[in-house]
Amino acid sequence: MSTYAKKQGFGATLWDYLTTVDHKKIAILYLIAGGVFFVLGGLEAMFIRIQLAIPNNDFVSAGFYNEILTMHGTTMIFLAAMPLVFAMMNAVVPLQIGARDVAFPFLNSLGFWLFFFGGLFLNLSWFMGGAPDAGWTSYASLSLHSPGHGVDFYILGLQISGLGTLIAGINFLATIINMRTPGMTYMRMPLFTWSTFVVSALILFAFPPLTVGLVLLMFDRMFGSNFFDVAAGGNTIIWEHLFWIFGHPEVYILILPAFGIFSEILATFSRKRLFGYSSMVFATVLIGFLGFMVWAHHMFTVGLGPIANAIFAVATMAIAVPTGIKIFNWLLTMWGGSVKFTVPMLYAVAFIPSFTMGGVTGIMNAVAPADYIFHDTYFVVAHFHYVIVGGVVFGLLAGVTFYWPKMFGTMLNETLGKISFWTFLIGFHLTFFIQHFLGLMGMPRRIFTFLDNQGLNTGNMISTVGAFFMAFAVIVLVINIIITSVKNVKVGNDPWGDGRTLEWAISSPPPYYNFKQLPLVRGLDAYWVEKMDGKTEMTPAEPLGDIHMPNSSILPLTTSLGLFVAAFGALYNMDDDKTWTVPVIIIGLLITLGSMLIRSIKDDHGYHIHKEELTDDHDKGVKA
Amino acid sequence: MKRKLHKWRLLPLLGILTFVLSGCGMASLSALRPAGEVAQTQYNLMMLSTIIMVLVVIVVTILFLIVIFRFRRKKGDDTIPKQVEGSHKLEVIWTVIPIVLLIILTIPTVKVTFDLADTKAMDQKDKEGKTKDALVVNVRANLYWWEFEYPDLGVITSQDLVVPTNEKVYFNLVASDVKHSFWVPAAGGKMDTNTDNPNQFYLEFDSQKANEAEDLFYGKCAELCGPSHALMDFKVVAKSKDEFNTWAKEMKAASEPVVEGSLAKQGEEIFNQSCIGCHAVTPNDSRPETARQAPNLATFGERERIAGVLDHTEENLKKWLEDPEVYKPGNTMTGTYGELSDGQINALTAYLMQLKVEEK
Repeated sequence: MSTYAKKQGFGATLWDYLTTVDHKKIAILYLIAGGVFFVLGGLEAMFIRIQLAIPNNDFVSAGFYNEILTMHGTTMIFLAAMPLVFAMMNAVVPLQIGARDVAFPFLNSLGFWLFFFGGLFLNLSWFMGGAPDAGWTSYASLSLHSPGHGVDFYILGLQISGLGTLIAGINFLATIINMRTPGMTYMRMPLFTWSTFVVSALILFAFPPLTVGLVLLMFDRMFGSNFFDVAAGGNTIIWEHLFWIFGHPEVYILILPAFGIFSEILATFSRKRLFGYSSMVFATVLIGFLGFMVWAHHMFTVGLGPIANAIFAVATMAIAVPTGIKIFNWLLTMWGGSVKFTVPMLYAVAFIPSFTMGGVTGIMNAVAPADYIFHDTYFVVAHFHYVIVGGVVFGLLAGVTFYWPKMFGTMLNETLGKISFWTFLIGFHLTFFIQHFLGLMGMPRRIFTFLDNQGLNTGNMISTVGAFFMAFAVIVLVINIIITSVKNVKVGNDPWGDGRTLEWAISSPPPYYNFKQLPLVRGLDAYWVEKMDGKTEMTPAEPLGDIHMPNSSILPLTTSLGLFVAAFGALYNMDDDKTWTVPVIIIGLLITLGSMLIRSIKDDHGYHIHKEELTDDHDKGVKA
Repeated sequence: MKRKLHKWRLLPLLGILTFVLSGCGMASLSALRPAGEVAQTQYNLMMLSTIIMVLVVIVVTILFLIVIFRFRRKKGDDTIPKQVEGSHKLEVIWTVIPIVLLIILTIPTVKVTFDLADTKAMDQKDKEGKTKDALVVNVRANLYWWEFEYPDLGVITSQDLVVPTNEKVYFNLVASDVKHSFWVPAAGGKMDTNTDNPNQFYLEFDSQKANEAEDLFYGKCAELCGPSHALMDFKVVAKSKDEFNTWAKEMKAASEPVVEGSLAKQGEEIFNQSCIGCHAVTPNDSRPETARQAPNLATFGERERIAGVLDHTEENLKKWLEDPEVYKPGNTMTGTYGELSDGQINALTAYLMQLKVEEK
């Protein structure tokens, strides 16, 4: 898919991608890996819906069903949504702020490979004695009780990929603080960059509690400690707190970038600047901040007492205010605009009412005494799918379509895109709307079957039919991607014609060094400002000079691979009959520490692209 | 008071919604057909929040429809719309109105949260250590079965919870292995049974509503607890106060069951060899909690379901005894009593089906 692919041959291209530290290629790696996991998670969802299509079904067994539901949730959140969000961030943010790359290109690659090996490890559980079966929340009493190694795969896999996420978050914080081009003040940053900034801060604070929780659980399961063992004085509620202190901000980590993407798309295809830009920024920051104050609303039925429940109920409701501000600002962005319904715009427009429905059921869930009814039923399943599919997945589908030309230099087919969109939209509402009522009619979540004659048959059947629509939409999307890649019709800088921000001022895909000369930003929607002044290019902020570039490196891959190897040793170490585990742990850690050592002692100053080469390079990059 | 005020104002809407929703689900299972004071309170709160939220959705939808139809770009239209920065007036409006709506919702939410957590009556004990005026049930959740102990009455049942109507029934909730969650959808929200320490709450069953549900409600486990999580059902039998007292007296007085017929007698012998270590057959089991490793079978013959999910027939009981793993994977009974011959299963079935306390 790379422009260089044809010239290089397969082996060289592969090596290029394995060692790359270029944010644009890492974005493609995230997109491919996240896309594959998304399809896998979707397949698991189809198993769930087929099993629940009719009462007393035996399509899958009870134990296997729990593995599927656990892996569906874990895969979709950690291995599909997160990396796809990172794909968008990597592809767009450095371009949007006019940077040459992220602040730490090496770490960027390390973050990807840690995520990749973590995800691979987790999914290998299917072939190595069974997947985790304690739910994506893995509540301590059940996860300690769960036999086999499934939960161990969950612990180690998430630990490794979580490290990757944390590294990526820190990287984007540093990038956005330090790498903005001259004139790109904070209050001129596009909303997607703003949401990336806030989300990176959330990652920085939210992932450590998960890491701590996983470490404690790992010690309990693998080394015989008793943090969560009640009989030995442990406490299982601590896990729930740690998990949700991570878990609730995680939801915002996913949705805020989607908000950012929609803000870009709605402004672009309305040919209008974002309505209430400063209040949008403020709302984003506020949502991020409040996101840390509300975790216990996942625990209203745990028995924390009326004081805690009341406080967390009120705090949760407060989030509705900044979210409402956003919804109305989006509507007013379109108001008075010149709205063009391209595929990304269709997703963005459909997102508004869909997400609003997920938002209002969120408020209903915040009403603690009413949540005693909703909690752990299909009402909650419906709610969070409305938020995550109607928000995050719509956002990612919109973002992938919108930025596809920037990432690959080609345009996805609009007709196939519209077929995908309509089937996905219809399927989505068909699947999840009815689930609100199933929950209220007494259907708990995470059940592998339900009895006949309990009034639940019709609703479940409708839901399953909807799921098939969604599966069809994804298949059409995949076909669309294949056709587009095969045809390979290249497009120019601003293929949508209405681009407003810096990334549309550069060729599609951009040259590996991004901007030849850093562009000067003269206002919000930097490229639009120039366009309105009758120019077609950005004004350069610096004279043409040598560009300092980082060298490619295989070390991020080997560092991550070492942890992947060591994890197998750690996992099987508790089995008495396996003697090879300790050597495997040692070998794995040696690979990791050795890679880190090489990285530390080997001087790697990168290289320079000389001015002369840049002036020859007429067809690539902006002529600034 | 506040709640009633809202109810009065929103009566027409509430009426319509109630009418629409009353068709939803069965009286014995659905939270949309509240069967007591607790469920009704929660239902009202849910309705209040639903109405507010439906209003919000309607406003957004109207704006949305106007926007997508009125501001469509015509083909070849190259005009640049006015670049509007924002509007303070509008932004204040859509900040303040949601805040007002939320305050309307917050007040009853906080009040009801505290009301429903009021279990003071459980702490008022008389000289003998019995609860003074309230009926207390200790619920113990186990891997795929429920135990209900009436500490003040000295009675234990399993799988079938018996409650008097028209009074608050207080619960101590705890789990003995992994976390479960105790939920009777029609009677009110759920509360988790933690492994750490007991939770307390109360429910109420309205006699009229109980009649509509034929005095029988479905209970569920709401927290993922393993392979048979979906099969961890129980039943709630609602009785009038008098009937309940009679039932409690009979249960308290029940002695070792006496069965009739040689087959059942034979079954009793097998039971006493293989099963009695875990299963008790009298409702006044005085052994400590840890010794009560399996459901109390004193009223087995009167139950609605076998193992919580199978229809109560001899045939199903035989299948269950032959291989419980098929019907409840991951249960703790599988593999504890070896292979049973068909004869032994028939004998056990005959015995178990005669285990009754109430005269029927």
